[in-house]
Amino acid sequence: MLNTLWLIPITPFAGFLLNGLFGKRAGKGFVTAVALAASLGAALLGTVAVFQYTALYEHGQRHVDVAYQWFSSGGIGTDIAFQLDPLSIVMLMVVTWVGFLIHLYSAGYMAHEEGYWRYFAYLNLFLAAMLILILGSSYLFLFVGWEGVGLCSYLLIGFYYQTDYAPAAGKKAFIVNRIGDFGFLIAMFLMFGWFGSVDYAKVSQIAAAGGIEPSILTAICLLLFLGACGKSAQIPLYVWLPDAMAGPTPVSALIHAATMVTAGVYMVARSNALYRLSPTAMLVVAVTGALTALFAATIGVRQWDIKKVLAYSTVSQLGFMFIGVGVGAFTAGVFHLITHAFFKACLFLGSGAVIHGLHGEQDISKMGGLRKYMPSTAWTFAIATVAITGVLPISGFFSKDEILAQALNTSAFKFLTFTPDPTGPKLGFLGPLIYVVGTITAGLTSFYMWRCYLLTFHGEYRGPTDVHPHESPGVMTIPLWVLAALSVVALVIVLPIHDFAWSWEHFTEGLFAHPRGGAPAEHLPAVVTFGIAVVIAWAGFAVAWSLYKPARNIAGDAAFERAVPRVRRALVEKLYVDDAYEWLFVKPLWRLARGLWRVFDAAIIDGVFVNGSAQLVAAVGALARRFQNGNVQRYAAVTAMGVAALVYLLLVRT
Amino acid sequence: MGFEGGGLLSLVIFLPLAGAIVVLFLPRGEGGMHKGVALITSIVTFLFSLPLWLRFRPTARGWQFEQKADWAPSLGFGYHVGLDGIALLLVMLTTFLAPIAILSSWKYVQDRVKEYSLALLVLETAMIGTLAALDLVLFYVFWEAMLIPMYLLIGLWGSDRRIYAAVKFFLFTFVGSVLMLIAIFWLWSNSGRLGGARTFDYGAVAQLTGSLPLETQRWLFWAFALAFAIKVPIWPLHTWLPDAHTEAPASGSIILAGVMLKMGTFGFVRYAMPLFPHAALEAAPAIGALGVTGIVYGSLMCMAQTDMKRLIAYSSVAHLGFVMLGLSALSAEAVNGAVLQMVNHGVSTGALFLLIGYLYERTHTRDLAAYGGLAKVTPALAAVFVVVTLSSIGLPGTNGFIGEFLILLGTFIAPMGTWTIFGGQVSKGVLLSVVAATGVILGAVYMLWLVQRVFFGPLRKAATHGLADLTFREWLCVAPLLCAILVIGVYPMPFLAASLLPANDLIARVRPRAAAVPRPQGARLFLPPGASR
Repeated sequence: MLNTLWLIPITPFAGFLLNGLFGKRAGKGFVTAVALAASLGAALLGTVAVFQYTALYEHGQRHVDVAYQWFSSGGIGTDIAFQLDPLSIVMLMVVTWVGFLIHLYSAGYMAHEEGYWRYFAYLNLFLAAMLILILGSSYLFLFVGWEGVGLCSYLLIGFYYQTDYAPAAGKKAFIVNRIGDFGFLIAMFLMFGWFGSVDYAKVSQIAAAGGIEPSILTAICLLLFLGACGKSAQIPLYVWLPDAMAGPTPVSALIHAATMVTAGVYMVARSNALYRLSPTAMLVVAVTGALTALFAATIGVRQWDIKKVLAYSTVSQLGFMFIGVGVGAFTAGVFHLITHAFFKACLFLGSGAVIHGLHGEQDISKMGGLRKYMPSTAWTFAIATVAITGVLPISGFFSKDEILAQALNTSAFKFLTFTPDPTGPKLGFLGPLIYVVGTITAGLTSFYMWRCYLLTFHGEYRGPTDVHPHESPGVMTIPLWVLAALSVVALVIVLPIHDFAWSWEHFTEGLFAHPRGGAPAEHLPAVVTFGIAVVIAWAGFAVAWSLYKPARNIAGDAAFERAVPRVRRALVEKLYVDDAYEWLFVKPLWRLARGLWRVFDAAIIDGVFVNGSAQLVAAVGALARRFQNGNVQRYAAVTAMGVAALVYLLLVRT
Repeated sequence: MGFEGGGLLSLVIFLPLAGAIVVLFLPRGEGGMHKGVALITSIVTFLFSLPLWLRFRPTARGWQFEQKADWAPSLGFGYHVGLDGIALLLVMLTTFLAPIAILSSWKYVQDRVKEYSLALLVLETAMIGTLAALDLVLFYVFWEAMLIPMYLLIGLWGSDRRIYAAVKFFLFTFVGSVLMLIAIFWLWSNSGRLGGARTFDYGAVAQLTGSLPLETQRWLFWAFALAFAIKVPIWPLHTWLPDAHTEAPASGSIILAGVMLKMGTFGFVRYAMPLFPHAALEAAPAIGALGVTGIVYGSLMCMAQTDMKRLIAYSSVAHLGFVMLGLSALSAEAVNGAVLQMVNHGVSTGALFLLIGYLYERTHTRDLAAYGGLAKVTPALAAVFVVVTLSSIGLPGTNGFIGEFLILLGTFIAPMGTWTIFGGQVSKGVLLSVVAATGVILGAVYMLWLVQRVFFGPLRKAATHGLADLTFREWLCVAPLLCAILVIGVYPMPFLAASLLPANDLIARVRPRAAAVPRPQGARLFLPPGASR
């Protein structure tokens, strides 16, 4: 298996081809069988490869399997090559198994959709592209998967293509991501130019050996991060993700929560050798992450669409992951990626079950009391909410707290100054500041998630009477329970017990040169940060409970509205960011295009030069025509004048 | 000189002409028959061109399939043809696209079918001849011979404003060619300097021109370059293209975009640049800058269009801008990428014109406002269109990605020297490459906008007539193009290999001492180490 790693992405790709070409005529049974077999096959093959890898290799080593040379020219050669190392392995396991669960769930959720075959074809294609992304052994091959998942995201967001909003949202996602890809491309050019390669190992090796100018490393890191901002929805490129909720809910769970959107975090973690050499880039990553986390959580407080709440929550949680990798806590950042994949997939699928049970209703103001009708969904949603908010110490609590503790204690910014002058004011305060921002965000997270849970599942049912809420079939609830269980047990590998054989830190040993951003407990002992985290989480819960407790529920919203009317409006309007982009970038660009066309192409080039020169020729012709009017006397006169001129020139002048 | 060598090439050149002669003697009125002969001839030509591809040795130096015969020895011109890897790729592209083009307008063209078939076949011979010619007179004859059939295709079988478009097309390209003709005569009259008779032979002329003083080279270079620049077209000489494309029938657009524009870029690779290397090196940054302008400007133009064909025509300006950028960068990666991008553009833009032709045949409008939601009624057409769109915007896995990536990368690391901007020195290659890379974003903007307007959303007017999905004939046309898109995208090595040697020769001739470009101080941030190679 290790020498045929390409089989892993090929399996779902084969599923895509089968369903894409024959699915429409072959019927639902065929489509379901092919799609589930393809995703399960990828998961099983991946698992086999992982066992073989662990039997053969020490921690941190990478196994490379070259399929063939893709293209080469001049000094540039690139292979189609796959690799396994601990980072690829965890991504592989999360992507394939969560992917399979969501395929399974989709078989129930999408059962009545017209484009059933199309949906599963896209979903399998996504899985193939995502596997290329995480198994590729070079930035270029990462980019192949990167663009592939972007394409699938585009197709799946626009799945309901007969609407106006869904294709528009898909297009927005693709174009915003392309802005990030622009950075990614230039970063690769810099790597080719300075390292001569984009292979992970070679790049890390050359960077670690030194001799590359810091400004170049910083440029590479920042450009890569621009790509990450696009894919992982960070400021300023996060705007596509909330709109992406136009796609079917399982897609939101798989692509826009658990797997694809974490690709940016994966890339930064993958490039840790580069980032560690560029404190400036680390700073940008951490600050962007912190700002995004806070910003998105703030907007999430006032969303009414259950999927939008989760979307902003995803943006916010991705911000946490970037704080992690930005302060040098690569291990913790990637661990949060894993736990988030479990609980956020569970939350999204739970919201899908709610929407399914209410025949398409997404507005939480029309829900309420659903605990009675769909107990499995309510329970799993509650467990995942506990995990994300951290009111009880299960997986999400530990991964988030680890990130914040590392931010507080990080040494990454201690020696950075505002100016190139090393004696200037130090940025050592930045770590604690990020810690404070992150902690406030954690409080907000707890608030909006419990608000969402309480308004959806507690109180009285507020929807129309002709809709009868019902629990989903087993094919949908089983994945929910599995993901809820994973959200709980994932804590095992991150328990803050060092030297524990199964621990995450142990597993990734050797992968990140410095797994932790700072010495543990340099400022505050772990117990204190744990304590603060628990208090904050409960504080968020307490506020949510006081406003939306079952007895009062939706009525509590009026109190919120009265308290901060203007803020409320701004939050509902998503803080006007989309409008600002529209006015600043989108409209001027289209105006520029139309203006250039009318003025430059049509009026100047064609009008003045092309048609102008034609008119000039016509005018000259019209003038010349006057001499040739058949009047013999005039011909004679002109001839005489000509002869006189010649005589003058030849005889008189010489 | 058996059938194995140059005989095969000559056969491929003149087969379409032979078909044209057959068509000439067929009685008028038997419409299907004329088209049938044209189609069969073009298919047979393609089959005969396959051995060229299979027997070509990419590692061998010099012309392959060469054939030489006296024509007018006293005047110094003869029949001399042969191929290098670049010409071979474009010959293959031509013979590959010709049957598709003929089949594409099968239903659309119903009047003057005889003349139509004649024009297409003569055009094919002229195009292959232009690529294969190794004698300047022969080249010029084929070059001008392309003009007339294309002029007729636009002017006779075009849509409403066809006369304006045809005349504009003819005048633009003809003006450029005249200057080139003068330059060719200058070369002939000076070719005696090396001893021996005056000649139009490419090899002999190339020996002479390399050593000409820069001043002379400059005049000759620009005389050639103008002719080619109009054909490419390089901004700002592009305005004939949208009109010509919009008015031409689908078959004309496919040939025009697929092959004829490449005659311009091919002219740069084969004539303007290697014949006048000093002048070419001097002009390279300027041409690169014009290419980049074409990319950005062409993309913006696309965004302003409401006519589908005009939009795709402007996208050609952008894509050919990439090719010119790659050629002017003069690094192995960029030139290879540019050559591949010529093929890519032929395949993907050819496919786009083909598909838009299908839409036009169904709805008789090219106005975007009349479309919407077509994915519901013509799902297969929509799916194919999306795949071709992905190729056009350079998604990895399609052919477009390899070409664009190599061009941008090759330009980025090319030793082109520096420009002083705001007091700082910036590598020309880096600047051109970064600005050109914005075309990657803009390309997605206009193409996805097009797809959304035509295929997504609720069903609107034109679509409500219950349009039929792709027919068998239409699949037959588009399937080979789809295959080419994916095959080149996944396994591009054979196609790149063909152009490796000629690209290296070109670079060696134009920029023999790459290290001679001084590496200025203080520009280190933007000068990758490759720049000092």
